[in-house]
This record gives sequence, structure tokens and C-alpha cells, in this order.
Amino acid sequence: MSSSPYQISFLLFQISFVVYFLAMAAYIVFFVSQKGHVRQMARKIFFAAGLIHTLNILFRYIEAGHTPITSQHETVSFLAWSIAWSYLSFRWRFTVKNFGTFVSVLIIILMFIAALASREISPLVPALQSWWLPVHASLAIMADGFLALAFIGGIMYLLQEREIKRKRFGLFYSRLPSLDALDKLNHHCLSIGFPLLTLGIITGSVWAKQAWGAYWHWDPKETWSLITWFLYAALVHQRFTVGWRGRPAAIMTIIAFMAVLFTLWGVNLLLGGIHTYAS
Amino acid sequence: MPRDSIVLLGVNHKTTPLEIREKLALADGYEDPLRTLGSLDGLKEYYLLSTCNRVEVLYTTENSGETKNQVLDLLFGNAVSRSDLEKYVYHYEDEEAVEHLMMVASSLDSMIVGEAQILGQLKEAYRYASSQKTSGLVLNKLLHKSFFVAKRVRTETRIGASAVSISYAAVELARKIFGQLDNKTVMLVGAGEMAELAAEHLVGQGVAHVVVANRTLERAVKLARRYNGQAVSLDELIEQLEYVDIIISSTGATGTILSKSDVKPVMRERRNKPLFFIDIAVPRDLDQNINDLDNVYLYDIDDLNNVVEMNKAERDKEAVKAERIVAEETLKFSHWLDGMEVNPTIVELRKMADDICRVELDKTIGKLKDISPKEQKSIEKMASAIVSKMLHNPLQFLKSNNSQCVDRRERINTVRDLFQLEDETDSKRHDS
Repeated sequence: MSSSPYQISFLLFQISFVVYFLAMAAYIVFFVSQKGHVRQMARKIFFAAGLIHTLNILFRYIEAGHTPITSQHETVSFLAWSIAWSYLSFRWRFTVKNFGTFVSVLIIILMFIAALASREISPLVPALQSWWLPVHASLAIMADGFLALAFIGGIMYLLQEREIKRKRFGLFYSRLPSLDALDKLNHHCLSIGFPLLTLGIITGSVWAKQAWGAYWHWDPKETWSLITWFLYAALVHQRFTVGWRGRPAAIMTIIAFMAVLFTLWGVNLLLGGIHTYAS
Repeated sequence: MPRDSIVLLGVNHKTTPLEIREKLALADGYEDPLRTLGSLDGLKEYYLLSTCNRVEVLYTTENSGETKNQVLDLLFGNAVSRSDLEKYVYHYEDEEAVEHLMMVASSLDSMIVGEAQILGQLKEAYRYASSQKTSGLVLNKLLHKSFFVAKRVRTETRIGASAVSISYAAVELARKIFGQLDNKTVMLVGAGEMAELAAEHLVGQGVAHVVVANRTLERAVKLARRYNGQAVSLDELIEQLEYVDIIISSTGATGTILSKSDVKPVMRERRNKPLFFIDIAVPRDLDQNINDLDNVYLYDIDDLNNVVEMNKAERDKEAVKAERIVAEETLKFSHWLDGMEVNPTIVELRKMADDICRVELDKTIGKLKDISPKEQKSIEKMASAIVSKMLHNPLQFLKSNNSQCVDRRERINTVRDLFQLEDETDSKRHDS
């Protein structure tokens, strides 16, 4: 049996999937039991999964000969990777109680979707053969990573706020952090994610000028990323000017992230356009 | 030879009214009473605990019947009559005493179950006993064990986790809304005992500013001075909402003093910073619909009571777990005590055998004239090997925990009879 790099990257993908899964299981056990040593374990496993996933992407890069960010499998896996690392970079600065549980669940969902998609490596179409590819695509997906964290924070906010407003304390009241902490999380993730998203769109537009001769084509993907951008711009604007926060901000974050997901997949599946490279 | 009894005598908030407890409390520290107890010959090791909810004395003795009254007379004879002592003082012995101490340490016997203070008080009391060397092998082990149990209860159950009084519940909620409280401002609207208590808790948790609004400004000023705060009149209430974060309302007003439409415009002014209203007035001061506004939370006295009830139910569940831990550790400690009971016999048995061995060796080696040191060594080795092998089974018989059919006490007696250890111990007794 020959060991082509293709198999190595797939093996690494599978291992990271399994290790992420173990991390999620540990995080869920911690969520229910609230035992400190379980969290310690979950963190270590999660970190290991993040490292293995990084190796997976590196090997995939070697196999494909270009940044592995063009097919469905690659983008989703890359999104999961960027969520994992934005979470880890974030944890390093300040902790949000039980955030890891929710993050690991989202990552497992994404890894599952990536596992179902075709792992075929399709040769790069001429339009994509540019160093703009890693710049544009990774900026966009890293932005999505932070926006995904904001989305998770929004869900946690709504869960916690619901229990406090209704005055019935269930599973979440004692386990989730304070509303203030969750709102700060939202603020923090937006203030990183939104500039990255803006940069992603600008680099895309510059690249489009070089590749296709015009900055903007009103291709469905472009249109939807603009819609997404406006949603986040509105949210950020409201936050900074009139002090939008709490529930409305959380709901808006969730809606805007739905737009992100639609831009990422829905457009390719339903609307087509020049951004659709792999079918 | 029966082992020493562990005796615990005491009064607590459950059994004894405050006026008796006050008289029994050791107001002047532990040093003098511990010294006084030292004058009793019957006590071997002893230790005292006195808190606002309990006074307890724990000691080991050979004669628990006699010493009980001596101890009570000595410590409390001057303060309370004999009949009162008989009536109120509880008396636990051995396993029960161990269990009680562990319950106390784990805060399962406290007025507010799960509060953490008692463990510190226990450690403090123990520090006195150990520095005056009134605690020995048994009590040292027992107290350390009970600290350990308290820690286990704290980490393995959630017994101290939830607030079981209204003012604590309010503080906990404030924390869940605001996270940090140290840059927040609390406003008292109207003054009452419960409102002040809640305010005090909030200040204790780091709330920086206090504003007092009252119908009579004079009272407001007086109260504000207590918290280093600011007094305002009731007419400024709505204006003030822009600057405060937590509002505790307890006026005697018959109608509502704030409605939803009063609060709504304020939120824009506040840039939507959260507001937390606590309405502990009956009838209520605040319009219930205020709770519907985004970033505004309103809890009235019933809501807080519900929170407290939920927490109590949760705590009771946790207490069951905690009691299981205590029972487990009590059992372990009893095993250790049983081992203690066997130890003197084991020591004596070994000593007797070694003595015989030594005497016979001396005799034999004295007769053998020219033997090399090496040969002498092997003879000695052989003798002690014979002794060890002979003793192996009797020792196993003593130590084993499994032979339930024969009582440990009985097994000890059997061995003592068989090897005739009885007389010797009566003449010269071992202390430990």
C-alpha cells in the first residue's frame, strides 16, 4: 500500500474529526457536571484537535499544490479550523464560561458536513491561479470564524436572557456566564470579524479587477456578501452609536450569521455564478 | 483492653435557645478554658469550639460516664444550672461523635447549610488545641479528617453554590446580569430593613455607589451617609434612572411609582445599559410590564422568594449527597480507630515474643564458646525467623477485617488469653 500524501491528509482529517469529537464529549460532560478537571482535559483534547487539523490543512496544501480553500470540503473544513483557532486565540486573552462546549458542537457539525462532501482535489481553474486566492479566501473565512463565535455568543445570550427574564432557572442559568460577559463577547468578536470581512470583500474586489477587468460583477456571491456586510455594518453602527446591545444585538448577530452561511453555501448550491468552481 | 471513648458534648442553634447559648459561649477565647480542662485527669485529648451558633467540647477518655459531668461542671457550671445543662446539652460518643464533627465541618449542621464560615472557625479552634498540645494522636487525625471531608463535600456537591436568602438571591441575579459589580451604582427607593440588607450585600460585593431616594429627604440623607452615598428626593427618581444600575424599591406607596412608559425613554438615554429593578415593597411599587423592556429586568418579592425556594430544594438534594460522603468517611475513620484498638495488643505480642527470643538466644550463645560472629548472626536470624513465622497467623487473626463472624473485641481477648498478655497490661499501661 503506497502512502501518497492524499491518504495522509485524509487520515489527519479523520483523526482531527475524532479528536474534536472527544473534545466535544468532554466539554459536554463538563457542562453538565461542572467538574474542573474535566474542563482541563477537554481543553487539552481540543487543542490537540486544532493542531492535528492544522497539519491536515498543510498536507492538503502540499497535495493540491494550492491553498485548499476552493472545494466544498475544503472551505467547510477551513471554516471549522478558523473557528477553532479564533476560539483558542480568544481563550488565551479571556475566558467565557462554558463557551468551549458550544464552540465544539458547532465545529463538529461543520466537520461532519465537510466529511460528507467530496474530497476530490480538482485542478485550479485559471481564474483562481493567483496569490490573491489565499489572501482573499482566507481573510473571508477567518472573518467568518470570528463571526461564528459572535453567533454562538448570541445564542448563549438568548438562552441566558430567557431564563432570567422568565424567572425560571433551568440548565443554563448557573452554567452560562453573565449577560454582560456574553454581550462583551459579541462586541469583541464583531470588532475583529467585521474588519476582516471588509478586508475580504475589498481584496476580492481588487482581485476581480485584475482577473475579470471590473471591481464588481453583481455575481450572486458578491451580492450576498454585500448583503451580509450591510447586516454587520448596521449592527456595528448601532452598537457604536446608540449603544445597541443585549437581545436585539444577539438576534441581529444570529440573522447576520445566517447570511454568512448562505453566502458560503446557499449561493453556490442555489444561485451559481462565477464564484462556483467545484461542483 | 477497650480503647478510649471519643466524646462530644455541646449545644447548638437547633437544640438550645439563644439566651442559654450566650451564657455558654466561650467569650474570652480558648486558652483559659483549655487550660482549665487540663486539670481533669480523666481527659486524654481535648478540643473546644465556640461560635455564635454552637459551643462544643470534644475529648477522648477511658471513662466517659464519669468525665461528662466533670467537664460540664468545669466549663459551664458557673453559667447555667445543672438541670438546664441536662436539658440542652447533646452527648455523642465514638462513631456518632465522629459523624457529628464531620457534619459540622461540612456545614451540614449550620443554620445556613452550606455556608463556608464554619470550617474556618473549626480550624481556628483546632489551632489553639494543637498549639497548647491538648490534642493528640486521635483528635489530630479526627480533625484533619473532618477538614478533608469538608473539602470533599465542597468540591463534590454543589451545596454552597446557591443563594438561600432573598438578599443573596438579589446579589446573585445582579452578578448574572452585570458580571462585575464594582463600577455599578445601586439606588434605594424608600428605606426598609430588607432593602437595606440587600443594599449592604451589594456594597459588600463591590458595588461602588449608593443613591438613596426617599419621601423625607432627612431620612435619605441619614441613610446615604451610612454608605458614603448621595441622597435625592423622590421627585428626581426618573432622572436618576439614567445614572444608576440597580434599583431596590420598598416604599410604602399604595400605587406604582414607576411605569413602563417612564422607563422606556430612559433606556435610550442610558444607551441601553441594563437596568435591574428589585421591588420588595408590598403592595408593589413598580409596574410589572417594565420587565418586558429589552435590557431591563424586574424581580418582585415573590420572584425572589421563588428563586430562594428553588435554591433550597436544590440544596436539600445536595445535602443528601453530602451526608453520604460524611457517612463514608465516618466509616473509614472507624476502621482506623479499630486498628488503633488492635495495635497495643500487636505491640505487646511482638514484644513478648522478642523478649523470649532474646533471653533464649543469650542463654544459648553464652554456652557456645568459640563461635564466629558470622555464626552468631545466623543463629539470631534463625531465632527471629521462627518467632515471625509463629506469630504470623495470630497477627493476621487480629488484623483481618473480613472475619465478621468473630467480633474484633473477642478476637483481641482470645489472643490476649492465649498468650497471657492480660496481667502485664494492667500493671503498666500504654498510653497510645
